[in-house]
Amino acid sequence: MFTANEYIKVKSFDEAYELNQKRTNKIVAGNMMLRLSHRKLNKAIDLSGLEADYILETESEFKIGCMCTLRDLEKNEAFAKCFGPDISEALGHIVGVQFRNSATVGGSIFGRFGFSDVLTYFLVLDTYVNLYKDGIVPLSEYAASDYDNDVIMEIIVNKDGRKAYYESFRLTDTDFPVISAAVGVHKKGRFFAIGARPAKARVIYADYSEFPEKLSPNEIASLAEYVSESFNYGTNIRAGAGYRKHIAKVLTERLLKKTGCEKP
Amino acid sequence: MKIRLKINGKDFAPHIYPSMILLDLLRDLGFKSVKRGCGTTNCGLCTIIMDNKSVLSCSVPAARADGKEIYTLEGFQDKAAEIAEFLADEGADQCGFCAPGFVMNVIALEKENPNPTEKEIDEYLVGNLCRCTGYMSQHRAMARYFAHKQKEA
Ligand SMILES: Cc1cc2nc3c(=O)[nH]c(=O)nc-3n(C[C@H](O)[C@H](O)[C@H](O)COP(=O)(O)OP(=O)(O)OC[C@H]3O[C@@H](n4cnc5c(N)ncnc54)[C@H](O)[C@@H]3O)c2cc1C
Ligand code: FES
Ligand code: FES
Repeated sequence: MFTANEYIKVKSFDEAYELNQKRTNKIVAGNMMLRLSHRKLNKAIDLSGLEADYILETESEFKIGCMCTLRDLEKNEAFAKCFGPDISEALGHIVGVQFRNSATVGGSIFGRFGFSDVLTYFLVLDTYVNLYKDGIVPLSEYAASDYDNDVIMEIIVNKDGRKAYYESFRLTDTDFPVISAAVGVHKKGRFFAIGARPAKARVIYADYSEFPEKLSPNEIASLAEYVSESFNYGTNIRAGAGYRKHIAKVLTERLLKKTGCEKP
Repeated sequence: MKIRLKINGKDFAPHIYPSMILLDLLRDLGFKSVKRGCGTTNCGLCTIIMDNKSVLSCSVPAARADGKEIYTLEGFQDKAAEIAEFLADEGADQCGFCAPGFVMNVIALEKENPNPTEKEIDEYLVGNLCRCTGYMSQHRAMARYFAHKQKEA
């Protein structure tokens, strides 16, 4: 656990941002990842008093406050109705319920972890990160950027008709994924994200002009091959690069079938 | 710094240090049912209930418990004894090391969803590691416990 000279429950994002400019201060969200560090902090910046744990639906979007827990999102019926039930598949294997009752959406997105189910899932939707200083940026851009001292206030997901489908492969149920895979089905084409390669997730797009809406079994296999070939893979303690690539293809094929794209 | 919280229905106003963890505070206050297993949010042994939700006290900053209502196993002695009978009947309490966290999580499940399916029981209990039982006996015990509760209702 880190040590801190002061623990400050901030009253505004303004205060959080100001304090977060000092390298010796750090934001505490769910504290699940942060507690593993042994850093000596001057100030721990607690966001829990900002009422930023909301999930708000408007006509055009969902706004998810940075302090919304993974469990609250997983159980949110309106979100699942809009983007499909696989939100619980994406979040439901992350350790246990007690863990997800504390871990936050903001902390998960800020981390941009290679193993992140959260990042892989949100990349196939039309997702934006609302930052205190830099404003609203697309998640794909944020995911590729370096860590800085800005503060995530909320995540915004546009309701553009997309549905998200999710699968992961784990050696044991609550471990980090060996591969995480998601497909976002849009009216013009499909978005594919593969994460835990073990590098962090990226997203690619395949238009229906290239790979049509309805596919034969052979076409599904070749689209899955195309997707798995579009990413690079590495080796770590959980799996080798070659095996990861194979599993990416298997999961993509399963996901495509789940989307109901098979020709009758 | 000083915080105020309710533990098992009683008011407390302890002094804490800024990076104190709730697990240490609870043990310092005498709630020794709350145990440190992994200390890294993996095993579920330190499970408590905070504002009606099960959380891992090894990761909750004590400062965040200010104004909260907390329950530990000491606050559920009768319920714990009842659940323990089902565990014993199915051979699901072997060395017993995992039991405090496990029982707390069962209580949290019952609060959230008193009529869980077998899948929902598994989903909930996956966060409690047990090195002895292989989980099947724990699963049977909980399936029987919830079936019994539904008959009672
Ligand atoms: C044992 C373990 C297993 C895990 N397994 C998985 C897994 O299988 N899949 C998966 O997807 N994830 C997994 N995770 C990651 C987890 O889901 C969370 O993403 C992680 O704990 C961070 O969320 P948090 O709320 O706890 O953030 P914290 O730990 O509090 O913070 C993490 C970092 O983000 C910064 N931060 C937090 N909130 C903000 C904000 N609003 N603005 C700017 N910076 C911020 C903090 O300063 C810190 O640097 C695991 C983590 C652990 C510890
Ligand atoms: S001691 Fe808290 S999860 Fe293991
Ligand atoms: S009974 Fe021994 S760890 Fe669970």
